[in-house]
Amino acid sequence: MTSPADRSYIKDHDWVQVGADGLATFGITDYAQDSLGDVVFVELPEPGSEVSQSESFGEIESVKAVSDLIAPVSGTVAERNEAVIDAPELVNDSPFDEGWLLKVEMADPTEIDDLMSAEEYDSFLASES
Amino acid sequence: MGLKRTPLYDLHVSLGGRMVPFAGWDMPVQYTSILEEARAVRSRAGIFDVSHMGRMLIRGADACALLNRVLSPDIPQIRIRRARYGLICNEEGGIIDDAIVYRLGRERYMLVPNASNADAVAEWVEKWRRPSDDVEVSIVTEDLAMIAHQGPAAQMMLMTLTDYDVSTLRLFRTVETEVAGASAIVARTGYTGEDGFEIMVPSSDAGTLWQALCDAGATPCGLGSRDVLRLEAGLPLHGNDIDVTVNPFEAGLDRFVQLDREEYVARGALERIRDEGSERRLIGFRMVGRGIARTGHDLYSGGAKVGQVTSGSFSPTLDMAIGMGYVREDFSDIGAPLQVDIRGRMVDAEVEMLPFYAERQVPILAPVG
Repeated sequence: MTSPADRSYIKDHDWVQVGADGLATFGITDYAQDSLGDVVFVELPEPGSEVSQSESFGEIESVKAVSDLIAPVSGTVAERNEAVIDAPELVNDSPFDEGWLLKVEMADPTEIDDLMSAEEYDSFLASES
Repeated sequence: MGLKRTPLYDLHVSLGGRMVPFAGWDMPVQYTSILEEARAVRSRAGIFDVSHMGRMLIRGADACALLNRVLSPDIPQIRIRRARYGLICNEEGGIIDDAIVYRLGRERYMLVPNASNADAVAEWVEKWRRPSDDVEVSIVTEDLAMIAHQGPAAQMMLMTLTDYDVSTLRLFRTVETEVAGASAIVARTGYTGEDGFEIMVPSSDAGTLWQALCDAGATPCGLGSRDVLRLEAGLPLHGNDIDVTVNPFEAGLDRFVQLDREEYVARGALERIRDEGSERRLIGFRMVGRGIARTGHDLYSGGAKVGQVTSGSFSPTLDMAIGMGYVREDFSDIGAPLQVDIRGRMVDAEVEMLPFYAERQVPILAPVG
């Protein structure tokens, strides 16, 4: 599986994509959803909350286990994906698209520069397995 | 220390099973999705490799007497070709394990303990065996494989693989017959709350039987869905919901204990516990608020800690989060409000009747009574 090249990644298996509106969208990778298994519960912060790079911004829970969601960049939550809260299986079905989690107004857009590209993330995954 | 492999290990890997260590064995936790596999068992039928569970063959004129010392049911009452659920309690009344005993013949029994306790049970049986006993105890765990075939369509599928009319095999009955060309012990037992069978065959025939059941339409299922299904059915898991620090009364399992037997080694302790009463009780609960209670989370009522979660999961059949745990007796009434401390967040829950899920029964047409 090749990760989409149009976004950046962190070792905690989250992705971030900066849109035309300047907002950063967060989500988890296909590897992450596959490792978790059936996602049954997603806990996300309310719009207006602050999130900090490399810190937990919420929880994602599968039948088997619970994991922290780690913020790839810092900022203020502009929007959260209510569809995922209602139907957590969207994260399994479409981790890179419909299963997005948050849209964040970035505090420091240069934080993106230090993250991994898709190619770097895929070789990181290969080195992990 | 290396993990043990069942005779079906290579098949699990080839089917894409995600292998995890479980009680010293390398076992599939899922093939596709825990929820899909659980739904397959509730709607049609699934197969589980349960070859990791212990299998002890106990034979001889004193087999019954030996088992009657260590097991909670009245063993002489068990007729040939019947199976019975029972507990193995120590002299303090603590639960060493729970197990199913199958009476295969007049002087021939099969005892199936949990994988994690197979050694402890073997030691316990050995401890109570008298030198004068005419009994032979053989550990046949690795000689036989065991497949649980569970679901409303299991009977229909199994009928295509054996000449024996399995529709006549009632709940907790067992028969030795041929299935998919292999000599098999078939029992109408299981751990999912669904109709179904557990089938033991020689290890060398395990792959053939597994494949035949797949071809008949059964879905391969891993330990993950097995855990969800048994929780929905309100069946305790030793190591989670019951253990050696728990007695059968507080676990609500005293109906499986027959105390009026001189030779039963836990009799004294269990009579004392019965007379003194217990302070805690195993209950089922459902989450009212959002979140999933997990093993070890504390249970509260009105701000006071009243117990602890022993099992918790999302239930695909009920589409809600459920769990089991121990609470103080006075907080154990059905409907009693509880709060679960989920990583610092207090989430509402409610005591619920066990089992959470019971297989739809055939309506009784004749008047009862």
